[in-house]
Amino acid sequence: MSVLVYTESDQGRFKKTAFEVASLGKAIADQLGTTVTAITINAGDTSELGNYGVNKILTINNSALEAFNAKIYASVIQQAAEKEGTKVVVVSSSVNSKYLAPLLSINLNAGYATNVLEAPVSSSPFIVKRSAFTNKAFEMFQINTDIKILGVSKNSFGIKENKTTAASEDFSPSIPDSGIHIVSVDKASNKVTIADADIVVSAGRGLKGPENWGMIEEMADVLGAATACSKPVSDLGWRPHSEHVGQTGKPVASNLYIGIGISGAIQHLAGINASKVKVVINTDPEAPFFKAADYGVVGDAFVVVPQLIEKLKAFKAHQ
Amino acid sequence: MKILVCISHVPDTTSKINFTDDNTKFDTNGVQYIINPNDEFGLTRSMWFKEKQGAHVTVVNVGGAETEPTLRKALAIGADAAIRVNTPATDGFSVAKQLAKVVQDGGYDLIIAGRESLDYNGGMVPGMIAGITNSNFVNNCISLEVEGNSATVTREIDGGKETVSTNLPLIIGGQKGIVEESDLRIPNMRGIMMARQKPLTIVEPIDVAPETASVKFEKPAPKGAVKLVSPDNLDELINLLHNEAKVI
Repeated sequence: MSVLVYTESDQGRFKKTAFEVASLGKAIADQLGTTVTAITINAGDTSELGNYGVNKILTINNSALEAFNAKIYASVIQQAAEKEGTKVVVVSSSVNSKYLAPLLSINLNAGYATNVLEAPVSSSPFIVKRSAFTNKAFEMFQINTDIKILGVSKNSFGIKENKTTAASEDFSPSIPDSGIHIVSVDKASNKVTIADADIVVSAGRGLKGPENWGMIEEMADVLGAATACSKPVSDLGWRPHSEHVGQTGKPVASNLYIGIGISGAIQHLAGINASKVKVVINTDPEAPFFKAADYGVVGDAFVVVPQLIEKLKAFKAHQ
Repeated sequence: MKILVCISHVPDTTSKINFTDDNTKFDTNGVQYIINPNDEFGLTRSMWFKEKQGAHVTVVNVGGAETEPTLRKALAIGADAAIRVNTPATDGFSVAKQLAKVVQDGGYDLIIAGRESLDYNGGMVPGMIAGITNSNFVNNCISLEVEGNSATVTREIDGGKETVSTNLPLIIGGQKGIVEESDLRIPNMRGIMMARQKPLTIVEPIDVAPETASVKFEKPAPKGAVKLVSPDNLDELINLLHNEAKVI
């Protein structure tokens, strides 16, 4: 009966979203009067999960699961759900969780809600609040199946501490054939990713050319932030497509989003709207971004940004 | 190669989002509909396969007659045939079930759908089709090559990309990158004329019970005005971000 949470890890360390998933799982378990079971795959030390309300940990250590494979992972989580008699499964909104969850949904005959923002509004009928229309609306979404899968939107429910004693149990699911084989992985290991970043520093065409991105990268370094860019910038080839944020690019749900030389087209704003605090730096006071931002500086990026970097360095030095 | 491209009929990206009927229905008044951008990237890639390697491309949509102009546009871009499953798109699961039936009946080798639609952002239909038909599936696809029965696919992962090899039949969750924005095609007059002659088959739906339902919509609360900070007083910006917003 317990709520099953899939707590993702990368190279033996939990991702921040794992604790968010556990926190939401705990809130749902409280509503339903049940407990939280976490499933971990090659996660290393799992004791941290006890800080977020997890009662039981199904620990899988299997070298065959070293690399993510959606079909295999979906099968593994399905086996855990069936073993636990789970009625609610919670996953994150990571690229991998969004890849496996639809497969899991078919495996378990479970209705699936993505982009869930908070604990269910009602448990009978089961209704959750999710974002839709690329953050331009919220949808009250009812799931009618016996088993439900929730994909929690990043940085929405948040991480809630809840000390428990989590009992660990080894779990050895069967591993199905997958039909998909990894040829190569190309991943920058030392860079903060847009998906994981608390702060994103993003710039647009106002920067005039790719040669001017040094100061954007420097500001990101000072803040421990990820770098991003607007659509025209990636279309012009000034920055890689992987940095394009907006409606057809990557979604951003950081704590702080700093947009520099970005006018704020509706498609851009839609993609970054889930960020908690938005700062705009732009020469044009009429730029639409000022209507969407919390803080704004009307000024030339080439003057403001270098000064801001120096001041941020001084601020960080005193922290 | 037989390719099926799943086309979602969605409001233009600049549409005003409003609701009617006590906030239970999307207000279609004055809304322009387009091919879902994530689907259009996949459609454009399928044109490349058709021209370079030889392929027959069918586009499909689950929806009422009002979605036919969107299918005709896909035909004008170059698809060979269109199918409309004649039922409203109620939830991701029921749409996936209808599409899986089309996939199975048509014996397609490659099925391309967008990673998510711009309206409901469910992001579940491609994966569910794969689950129902037990086909190989790669989501967030940013590069796709097919050679005979095998495919090499690159998908976006957090912080990078991963390239995999797999076999047809294959379901793809596509997005920008599978082709570039500059590769997208605007239908020309000849294409539009030819589209009128191409078959658009209406298929009756199978019985499916939806798993989920939309109950009500809300619009986000209006945002407060921006706090402007003088470029000569950037210490104040740092102070606000640290003490007021508490984000640095």
